[in-house]
Amino acid sequence: MTALTNQARVAAPPATARPSFFRHTAYLTLRQLRAAARVPAFVVMNVVQPLIWLLLFGQLFTSVVDIPGFTGGDNYLEFLTPGIVMMMALFGSAWAGTSYIQDMDRGVMDRFLTSPTSRGAMMVSTLVYQALLTLVQSLIVLGVAWLGGARFDGGLGGILILLLAAMLLTASFSALSNAAALLARNQNVLIGISQLITIPLMFLSSALMDTSLSADWVAEVARFNPFEWAVVAGREALGASPDWASVWGHLGLLAVFTAVLAWVATRAFRVYQRST
Amino acid sequence: MAASSDGMALVAADLVKTYSQGRGTPPLRALDGLTFQTEEGTVFGLLGPNGAGKSTTVKILSTLARPDSGTAMVAGIDVGRHPGRARSAIGFVAQKQVSDPMDTGVENLVLAGQLHGMSTRAARSRAGELLERFALTSAARRQVKTYSGGMARKLDVAIGLMHRPQVLFLDEPTTGLDPEARAEMWAEIERMSREERMTVLLTTHYLEEADRLASRLAIVDAGRVVTEGTPEQLKSELRGDAVVIELHEASVISRVLESLGRLGGFRDAAAEGRAVRARADDGGAALPLLLAALDAEGIAVASATVSRPSLDDVYLAHTGHSFAAVHAGSSADARTELEEVAS
Repeated sequence: MTALTNQARVAAPPATARPSFFRHTAYLTLRQLRAAARVPAFVVMNVVQPLIWLLLFGQLFTSVVDIPGFTGGDNYLEFLTPGIVMMMALFGSAWAGTSYIQDMDRGVMDRFLTSPTSRGAMMVSTLVYQALLTLVQSLIVLGVAWLGGARFDGGLGGILILLLAAMLLTASFSALSNAAALLARNQNVLIGISQLITIPLMFLSSALMDTSLSADWVAEVARFNPFEWAVVAGREALGASPDWASVWGHLGLLAVFTAVLAWVATRAFRVYQRST
Repeated sequence: MAASSDGMALVAADLVKTYSQGRGTPPLRALDGLTFQTEEGTVFGLLGPNGAGKSTTVKILSTLARPDSGTAMVAGIDVGRHPGRARSAIGFVAQKQVSDPMDTGVENLVLAGQLHGMSTRAARSRAGELLERFALTSAARRQVKTYSGGMARKLDVAIGLMHRPQVLFLDEPTTGLDPEARAEMWAEIERMSREERMTVLLTTHYLEEADRLASRLAIVDAGRVVTEGTPEQLKSELRGDAVVIELHEASVISRVLESLGRLGGFRDAAAEGRAVRARADDGGAALPLLLAALDAEGIAVASATVSRPSLDDVYLAHTGHSFAAVHAGSSADARTELEEVAS
């Protein structure tokens, strides 16, 4: 037996699963960050639309705050900003599954699945990447809102909590998008499903309008809307006197929601393989 | 390692796989009891037209798909029972490009090594070695999307080799390559099987590719192995030389067949279009006699050839249809498929 084949036997990786999950997550997240760094326009492109909404709606609805019964403070731009951050996170993550579709259209997905790559890492790395993307984009939106005159009493702590909520929201809906990608394996179907889900979630929330001014059933439904959880947590945290029980409660719900969806989406790899 | 206690690097035993095709249509039987096995260190070829079941077989052996029934073993590991262990032992080069076009060549290789549990340093040094071997060093730091088809395919094979697998799957490694790139890839695969003691499962629908690269091969048709052996064995099963007479018009074919029968020494005579094929123990001696006989009958011959049996003849003998005929129909599909992938 030659030295070469001896080496081959040694190169067989250890069968320990836990440590490879974290290492694989890091390697695969870096892969996506490299791609994003090579096309920075893509990162910025996703921010343009939210900024247009922010400035457009901000101007269009300035006097909303004067409606009797509006409980969201006296500056609509300040009310709107956390809503826009979450809308950006929601719409951005709806597209997350696209990278899976691309990997499937090529042989990249099949190569990963025939290697000892951790399935959990394949899922979580895309969630981490999407959450980082949201982080950068949210900072841009906050900066523009500040330039537009919005001031947030919650300060740095409030902003960090808003960012955390946006990242959790991103991770949960990215997991959903990934699962849809694994099951549908088709970009058009993926976008169709995403739109079907995201648009109603956006309107059944207080992102654009205080739900105490909407029909009662909207406020009632919104309580069960994960998107609304993120909006409430972020908006409360940016306020002058946050209701901390509400902030942490909603963040906790989001965290559980994210974990459940990530787990379910990882299971979708099995369905993908079964139908291969 | 308990690798292949019975000396077999690959075992496919009675594999059956069906795909549902939606309501109203009967399920497609992609594999219908496919069976073969390979010794360690050989290049084993699966030869057959598109749709014969080659890719499905590779998907099952590489843990990607599960068979409806049957057993698949890789390096002594039952892939159904221990897919995780099997994955560490194999390299997989799919029919489609397996590299990430957004990453550079070296990034693709290092990532593949890391995912196989190599340290970053070991992965870097192995990547450098492979890039050099595949003459990709100068392109190592370029994004793969700038590579030519031939370069990208070589990188794909290098990715499959990163962790020194015991078994390497090459699913149609040269489909879509221009002749020059194909010749280069053949030379690489030959060198690889010589230098690294590794089992290679190669699927192809190119007869010449199977003839040149595979030390053993199985001909696959409609989800079954119809015959198996070394290319030489398969060809020598067909005793004698192939004699092909091409005619100006098809109307005289029956008279040519009659002449062949009268002359004796020719077997397996069959018409194909305007040509007549037959076998003869000594084709070189039999042909002048045949030509003289046809001349005496006033039958004009367009061309006459004598050749040693080819894999095409083997394919024809075992499946009842000419490989070229099947392939002509399916290669158009293969091309559109490739174009879709490329766009």
